[in-house]
Amino acid sequence: MKKFAVVAAMATAFLGTTAVHAADVEVIHWWTSGGEQAAVSVFADEFDKLGADKWVDTAIALGENARAATMQRVLGGNPPGAAQFNPGRQYEELIAAGLLLDLTPLAEAEGWDKIVRPDVIAAPCHIDGKWWCVPVNIHSEAWMWASVPAFKKAGVDLPTSVNDFVAKAPKLKEAGLIPYAQGGESWQLNAAFGGITIAGLGIEKRDELLRDHNQEVANSPEFTQVFQTFRDLKSFSDPGSPGRNWNDTTNLVLTDQAGVQIMGDWARGEFGVAGKKPGVDYACLPLDSKKPFVTTGGDIFVFFKQADPEVEAAQLKLASMMISPRVQALFNIAKGSMPVRDDVDMSLADECMKLGLEILKDPANVVTSANNWISNDTNGQLQDLIAEFWANDDMPIADAQKRYAEILATAD
Amino acid sequence: MTEVASANPTASIQADGRAKRGRLRLSTVMSVVGTTPMIVTAIGVFVICIIYSFLLSFTNSKLFPAFDFIGTDQYARLWATPRWLVSANNLWIFGLLSIGANMVVGYLLAVFMDQRIRQEDLFRSIFLYPFAMSLVITGLVWRWILDPNYGLQATVQGWGFTDFQFAPLVDSNTAIYGLVVAGIWNGVGVTMAIMLAGLRGVDGEIWKAAKIDGIPTWKTYLQIVLPMMRGAILTAFILQCVGVVRVFDLVVAMTQGGPGIATQMPAIFVIQHITDRANVGLGMAAATMMLLPVVVLLSLQQFIQWRANKKRMNAL
Repeated sequence: MKKFAVVAAMATAFLGTTAVHAADVEVIHWWTSGGEQAAVSVFADEFDKLGADKWVDTAIALGENARAATMQRVLGGNPPGAAQFNPGRQYEELIAAGLLLDLTPLAEAEGWDKIVRPDVIAAPCHIDGKWWCVPVNIHSEAWMWASVPAFKKAGVDLPTSVNDFVAKAPKLKEAGLIPYAQGGESWQLNAAFGGITIAGLGIEKRDELLRDHNQEVANSPEFTQVFQTFRDLKSFSDPGSPGRNWNDTTNLVLTDQAGVQIMGDWARGEFGVAGKKPGVDYACLPLDSKKPFVTTGGDIFVFFKQADPEVEAAQLKLASMMISPRVQALFNIAKGSMPVRDDVDMSLADECMKLGLEILKDPANVVTSANNWISNDTNGQLQDLIAEFWANDDMPIADAQKRYAEILATAD
Repeated sequence: MTEVASANPTASIQADGRAKRGRLRLSTVMSVVGTTPMIVTAIGVFVICIIYSFLLSFTNSKLFPAFDFIGTDQYARLWATPRWLVSANNLWIFGLLSIGANMVVGYLLAVFMDQRIRQEDLFRSIFLYPFAMSLVITGLVWRWILDPNYGLQATVQGWGFTDFQFAPLVDSNTAIYGLVVAGIWNGVGVTMAIMLAGLRGVDGEIWKAAKIDGIPTWKTYLQIVLPMMRGAILTAFILQCVGVVRVFDLVVAMTQGGPGIATQMPAIFVIQHITDRANVGLGMAAATMMLLPVVVLLSLQQFIQWRANKKRMNAL
């Protein structure tokens, strides 16, 4: 509450008036599945409780659609109060064009640079000493979500790595199960491929590939093996995969029809909503338990400059609330992600989240999100390639790898 | 308007042209006033925007339009992008099959409706109904029908035919044909309606003459009536073509361009690049390429009309 008092005081200082009126803050986001809705409701309810300001919810399914809607609104001169993005380069032009509300005074008053950890989470918002967005969570994009009863039925132990899973998958198939559940949307394919790339190349080589666009790594036999593993996984997937949503795919694991799904930790929210217990009904497994890693994707909110100073005050209030310890705990537990600050009471966290936080403690396990280096344009090209490779079993691995290397070579 | 009227070769108009001139002037003013908003909209929205898009396709605009010209680089990249090649190819497959089927089946349905059947209004409503529905709904319904786990395949297999396979959307080689099926379902009704109007527009005397000459009905339909309804056919054809070039919602609802990139279409490519992928330059290059077939078709229509007009003039 003390924090809030500070913000309220600051807000009034900005306004140069003592009266604080109510304002609506429209927020565009893409949190539409059951677990995601539970999480975003935390933001909305807590914000409405703070005072007369109102959270106006604009939920648009699928990240790319929501981001497209935001951009169209910006181009049309009617930006929303706040909008969700993934940390990285998705909003770099918005900053350059001076469309975003500068959060630096608020961030300095609250000392964001000291509380947000690890550094790779703060970096996409904290650019050249200025804060342009609020990081709200850390999502590790690559976990194996396994159905414990499915593996029991097949008579094999839970897998310890992706390669171990590929070895055990035939047993699951024999037991009449879908060994590998994969949603066929291209972002899901790209995310799974990204996880397998880290597990296959190791963090250092993977960074050289995606940050430095290193052609040697891109053409290395280790990377060939990554493509091979991905194709192996395809052979263990089901025919219903094309176009399937991620949460419908999680549902296959949740209902013990499928063995494993590779998906970000937001899948945990779905298990939570369904009342499933980690360790008993499902398991969250690192892609390589010998060298576990967490990726640091996640979500950030940008706030657009508004003409109305009352809206601006409400925006700052919302920004401060999103990063406050209590809301961070409530939101992230509902979402299945990890809080962006360390001083949060996570006593309610379940085993999966604790495992993630444990891995996060060692900086050597922290993987920088590829979005920090790769523009949406390049990412889209890679996504198209991975989706084509997944769907087309006749495409030679060598061709796919060569095209991957070429896209990186010409990336902006 | 007055010039057209006075230049008209028919004698009657020329005879009382002078008397009407005063009134024509007033109506000319009125028609200019009436059409000005439309002219402004047409020039402002269509012509200027098309020129703007065309210019942007030669720039390296990212999210925001910028006039930083880089020549034809965007076009070079476009035609080296496998997804665009697949999209362009799909447009031809989808277009040829769905337009072809729509025209043939639409004409046959129109002939069927022309047999003075009972409940013609009811049938017409049924056939037109799919066209009245949003393509998103059409797409979702067909997606569920063709889904291997819930749809037709699962149902027939549930009846005991366990070998039955019909799930075109999940295979990259057949997914485009699944889209064609939905496209035909959606478009055949309106084609029928236009063709039926064309059929009904043919003079009854022609039918009587054909009867007297002892020409079989099917031959009359095919060789006499069909060539006479050129206008209706052309209208239906152009409508279909424009619909195909900008097909977007059907694909998004049915396959999202998948499996892989197998059912990508140019319109999706354009929209995705000018929004989420923040590459307006490339998106506009693709949009310009999409405009080409439309321009070709429209000039074809103009040419045919011009020739028909010339023939009529010569006949007079």
